[in-house]
Amino acid sequence: MTVVEIKGLTKTFPKGNVTALNGIDLQIEAGEFVSLIGPSGCGKSTLLRLIGDLTAPSEGTVEVNGKPAPRARADHDYGMVFQDSVLFDWRTVAKNVALPLEMLGWERAKRKQRVDEMLGLVELQGFGDHHPWQLSGGMQMRVAIARALAFEPALLLMDEPFGALDEMTRERLNIELLEIWRRMQSTVVFVTHSISEAVFLSTRVVVMSPRPGRIAGSVAVDLPQPRTNDTREETRFFELVTEVRELLRGVGADEHGSVGAEAR
Amino acid sequence: MNATRKIADWIPAIAVFFLGVVVWQVSIDIFDIQKFLLPKPGSIVSAFWTQRSTLWSAGWLTLKEALGGFAIGSALGILFATALARFRRISAALMPIAIAANAVPIIAFSPIFNAWFDPLSPSPRIATAGVLCFFPVFVNTLRGLTSVKPAQIELMRSYAAGEIEIFRRVRVPTALPFVFSALKVATVLAMIGAIVADYFGTFGSLGITIKNSVSLFDFETAWAAILTASILGVAMYVAVSLVERFALQWDPTRQERGTA
Ligand SMILES: Nc1ncnc2c1ncn2[C@@H]1O[C@H](COP(=O)(O)OP(=O)(O)OP(=O)(O)O)[C@@H](O)[C@H]1O
Ligand SMILES: [Mg+2]
Repeated sequence: MTVVEIKGLTKTFPKGNVTALNGIDLQIEAGEFVSLIGPSGCGKSTLLRLIGDLTAPSEGTVEVNGKPAPRARADHDYGMVFQDSVLFDWRTVAKNVALPLEMLGWERAKRKQRVDEMLGLVELQGFGDHHPWQLSGGMQMRVAIARALAFEPALLLMDEPFGALDEMTRERLNIELLEIWRRMQSTVVFVTHSISEAVFLSTRVVVMSPRPGRIAGSVAVDLPQPRTNDTREETRFFELVTEVRELLRGVGADEHGSVGAEAR
Repeated sequence: MNATRKIADWIPAIAVFFLGVVVWQVSIDIFDIQKFLLPKPGSIVSAFWTQRSTLWSAGWLTLKEALGGFAIGSALGILFATALARFRRISAALMPIAIAANAVPIIAFSPIFNAWFDPLSPSPRIATAGVLCFFPVFVNTLRGLTSVKPAQIELMRSYAAGEIEIFRRVRVPTALPFVFSALKVATVLAMIGAIVADYFGTFGSLGITIKNSVSLFDFETAWAAILTASILGVAMYVAVSLVERFALQWDPTRQERGTA
């Protein structure tokens, strides 16, 4: 089943007349873990926000679960995790995780049960009564992930969720995320700046080029599942990292080679 | 265990207060300070005690004016800010005007209010206190309601939340610390407004008690009335602080911003 279907998508921001994305076609199947990678400003966040209907396309169409994106948003078809954890300080950790459930009208007992389950999943049992500012950055990110997963969205949109974390926490959360993805059988679209993170997590890495944002190519990641810390040391892992890096380098050369008339 | 620590925190302040009073009492004897400059704290307290029933009824009268102004001014401030927060352009245009109005010495309008309203009714005093309270509450509430982080709105939109839900779940909690800071300032302003307005002739009020006592060279009574006003002012402030403490238990900056 196709979860995300993007056709001829173009996004222009009137402010500064920036063409952030131009002619994007992308299809994501159920159960895929797709990473978007590309130089800063190439429109990764914009693409994610278009899938989530947090901004409207200038041209082209975005369909999620076979519905137009606005319909999918209204139906709570996806969960979003932002770069910054975006927790509400006035809510406890448990209440933060419960927020989407409250909005969906779940009753209290059911909410509590699910929240406990989710906090267990991200290994934050016993922190339910804490407030976000009492947690470390990595713990806050896990709360944000627990919140996004709480209502079991089939599609998870993540914008550099681990960008601000140290390498060790990041690698641990990578493995936790894969574990969750496997257990919930969800589809993930994941934005990152890290080539190795993209290869480690994904079933497919989509490389984007800047000005205007385009899809430059994609790399199918055929590393076996489940991935472990040993995966990072396999020869195939390094081959794939190199492949993505080469693609990105091509994107860089393109930036200087072909004169982008559309932007800047 | 928390309570004992709280009390311990207060000991230095209390010690300094009593030390100050003792220094005051003693230095009046030593430097032979005339009582029209500064009466002894002892005689102020005894005047306060002997005239407690008149001072209490005067205080009650002025407190009612201050409370009325506080309630009406703050409520209107919150109401206007809430209504305007929805309109970005209008609130952006109004903000500088409100800030400028906030800097106007509104207390100077007090005699005008006597002309606008029946001077024998409490209305002009309530109006003075109310206008004084309005601007800081309006400005701060508007600022609070509009200082929500865009990412938080975006998160709510990802849950398909409408404006009302965003208002209730994000804007209001974000604004509350701003509102409470303003309300605390407003308690002080309300008391100042009521007393100064009293000076223009509110029979049996604290303000007029101070004014008349001074003209009769009864400085102990004037100071006792000031003491009464201070106690009432502090009581209003503490009352709002307690509500704040309850409402903003979550706020990590509450301690830093100063409570009590
Ligand atoms: N709201 C906006 N108004 C105007 N221009 C915007 C807006 N949002 C993004 N842009 C522009 O669109 C382009 C793509 O931005 P986007 O945030 O999607 O990049 P990105 O790939 O996520 O970059 P990064 O890796 O640095 O996060 C940039 O040139 C940016 O200036
Ligand atoms: Mg981005």
